Amino acid sequence: MESLDQIFVSGKQWLVAFLPETFQPIASILLVITAILGIFATLFAVTTILERKILGRIQNRFGPNRVGPFGFLQPAADGIKMLTKEDIVPRDADKIVHFLAPLALMIPVALALAVLPYGRNMVPVEFDAGLLFFFAVGASTELSVFMAGWSSRNKYSLVGAMRGIAQMISYEVPLVLSTISVIMIVGSLSLVKIVEAQSGFVFGWFPGWHVFTPWGLAGFVLFMIAATAESNRAPFDLPEAESEIIAGYLTEYSGFKYALFFMGEYWGMFAISGLAVTLFLGGWNAPFPFLQFIPSYILFFAKLIALILTFIWMRGTLPRLRLDQLMSFAWKFLLPLALTNIVVAAIWHFSKDLQLPGAPGLRWIFCALVLAIPYVWLGRGIAQAQRTKRIYKFAEN
Amino acid sequence: MEIAFVIIAGLTLGSAIAAMSLRNLVHCALCTVLTFAGLAAMYLQLNAQFVGFAQILVYVGAVAILILFAVLLTRNSETQPNTRIASPSWIVGIFVAISVSGTMIYAVIKSTKLAQALPPVPDATVKKIGEQLMTNYVLPLEIVALLLTAAMIGAVIIAMRDKESQIETNVKPPRRGDAEKEKILRASAPPRRRQI
Amino acid sequence: MLGTGIIKGMVETARNFVGSYHDPERLTTVQYPEEKLAPKENGRNFPFLVFDGNDPMAGLRCVACQICEKECPPQCIYIIKDTVKKPDHIGKMQVQPKTFDIDISVCMSCQICVEVCPFEAIKMDQVFELSTTDRFDDLLLRKNELAKPNSYYQQLHPIDAAESDAKLAEDKKKAEAKAAAATAPKPPSTEPTKPA
Repeated sequence: MESLDQIFVSGKQWLVAFLPETFQPIASILLVITAILGIFATLFAVTTILERKILGRIQNRFGPNRVGPFGFLQPAADGIKMLTKEDIVPRDADKIVHFLAPLALMIPVALALAVLPYGRNMVPVEFDAGLLFFFAVGASTELSVFMAGWSSRNKYSLVGAMRGIAQMISYEVPLVLSTISVIMIVGSLSLVKIVEAQSGFVFGWFPGWHVFTPWGLAGFVLFMIAATAESNRAPFDLPEAESEIIAGYLTEYSGFKYALFFMGEYWGMFAISGLAVTLFLGGWNAPFPFLQFIPSYILFFAKLIALILTFIWMRGTLPRLRLDQLMSFAWKFLLPLALTNIVVAAIWHFSKDLQLPGAPGLRWIFCALVLAIPYVWLGRGIAQAQRTKRIYKFAEN
Repeated sequence: MEIAFVIIAGLTLGSAIAAMSLRNLVHCALCTVLTFAGLAAMYLQLNAQFVGFAQILVYVGAVAILILFAVLLTRNSETQPNTRIASPSWIVGIFVAISVSGTMIYAVIKSTKLAQALPPVPDATVKKIGEQLMTNYVLPLEIVALLLTAAMIGAVIIAMRDKESQIETNVKPPRRGDAEKEKILRASAPPRRRQI
Repeated sequence: MLGTGIIKGMVETARNFVGSYHDPERLTTVQYPEEKLAPKENGRNFPFLVFDGNDPMAGLRCVACQICEKECPPQCIYIIKDTVKKPDHIGKMQVQPKTFDIDISVCMSCQICVEVCPFEAIKMDQVFELSTTDRFDDLLLRKNELAKPNSYYQQLHPIDAAESDAKLAEDKKKAEAKAAAATAPKPPSTEPTKPA
């Protein structure tokens, strides 16, 4: 099945060979860009309707089911609605910054999608420090939140934007720290090398993905929590939910600009899920040796869709966190756990050659214990902070 | 000179000039962000991947936000329409700028190092940078780490002190006895009207 | 331990999701307009006129006594009596309303007209699909739109209809007994004879 796996690569090379030599690199890049944008735009449309239907089923109701078979043409109706809405800009708003804020969100997110390995030999841009590039452009998305909130000339938008930025900055730290353990073990920042490092099989049949090691499991959970907070999804959607209650940073946006924000947020979710798949779930590697005939891109997108469904599931289950709960969770729970994770990864790496009786299992259990004890202790710490009684100084006791 | 370098340099210089001369302070801060991004593009053009990405991560991702927060929390971001962007003593300013930059350019051009042949470009992979940081430059690394830790602890102490003075935990308010309660009630009761 | 609540919650939602495909209790949506909820016994929304027999106009129980028109608080009933008596569904000559209009943009479904009607002629309906394009003429329901058979009433409010039918039957029996007593030969009087 080698040819099916590489069908897109060979297809692109065949198409590009029609052009003269000087235009070939540009044509190749343009083809790849078109493909990525097309795939992720379609995935965005499918995700919106899938999310609404799954949330509906979780909440004992149907999702949208009038447009098209079982409602699956709903994104088309939504797209037409967004395009035909009046584009209202407040009179006192800062027109240039108001216009540029959605672009400032879309550009870093589209750049982030360019470094993920979607299959064997299928990275759009291969960087030696690809992971660092991903985090760099991820940090740039916070600017757009600020621009949106400030340019609306609305007190509530500004407060919402400040809260959003505070949340995103606080959760950058556990996000990056939880990936450091992966970098340490693999020894490279390149995403392609990280995927290739997970292509082995333990005991001949069990997948050698990072998520099946103690530091990888903890890192994966930490990464997913921080990723939920970075993409402003439930239960960390305080910036978004403020739009329902008061006004968030998205208030003054209507029509297509709002659709761009929405799309940027979902693309951010795809990008960070793609990174989680790459770092922890083995990228485009097959889970078992007998499944290696499946093309690599299908495996990648299957894992990506599984993570997106997990995001939707969490949205349907968990209530929203308050701002102070959110911050204390990030700084007092996730950060110490991420630092412990780095230590555990170091222990794992240096105990690899230690010859002990019952070696692989013992190593796993020891590392898991070193992680579990701070988890329980810190968990009790932040849970207790919620349970102290409030003292009202001026009331009768 | 390559086309890419000309475009990036033009963008960087243009945004730097705009950052100086725009009226709105937040617009200036956003043009500064563009300048940082232009610098990062120049690093990338010189094939220094790590420095370029670190520039985006640190400057655009963190320092820019810091500048914007500082601008918003301290200043009124609307300048008066009749303030002049250029200060009155601009002739002296141009003279100083020309003399300083002329001296530096003269020193760089006449330096002996520039006349030598270029050494082979080192392979600036992340691994080599890491090795250098841990062996040759470990002392600056640790001092910078100490500095950052001190800054963080200072920030936490400043933030914590305000909190502690406001909320007192486990302090019981004094209970008022019955006699005191009656005194309060009688004091606040309306004065009795005299019957005529 | 932190996290057990989250896991329990996610299991519950997963159970809801899977259950919604095969368990009717977990997917309680009624997809209007293809499916409708069954009307409840106690619901009421705008009155209708009951008729017996097959002919809607001739079989109306209403005899245009105009009590409901006078008792209606927002005065939304408009009755004009007919000058000639027409036969009803059993052939008896009755006074019938020539026009009987209810303005449902005014009616507040208070049921007072139902409570005061002595002939069980007007009862509460449960219609709500009454949207029209004309706010004035189409929301004035006329006699022919308001007339609905007794079988409809029995189906809509079974308990009330049973009571209403029982009352009508009892009234009819009393009337027949009275008529029989009036036409029967007088029995010999049982008065005590006057003393001579």
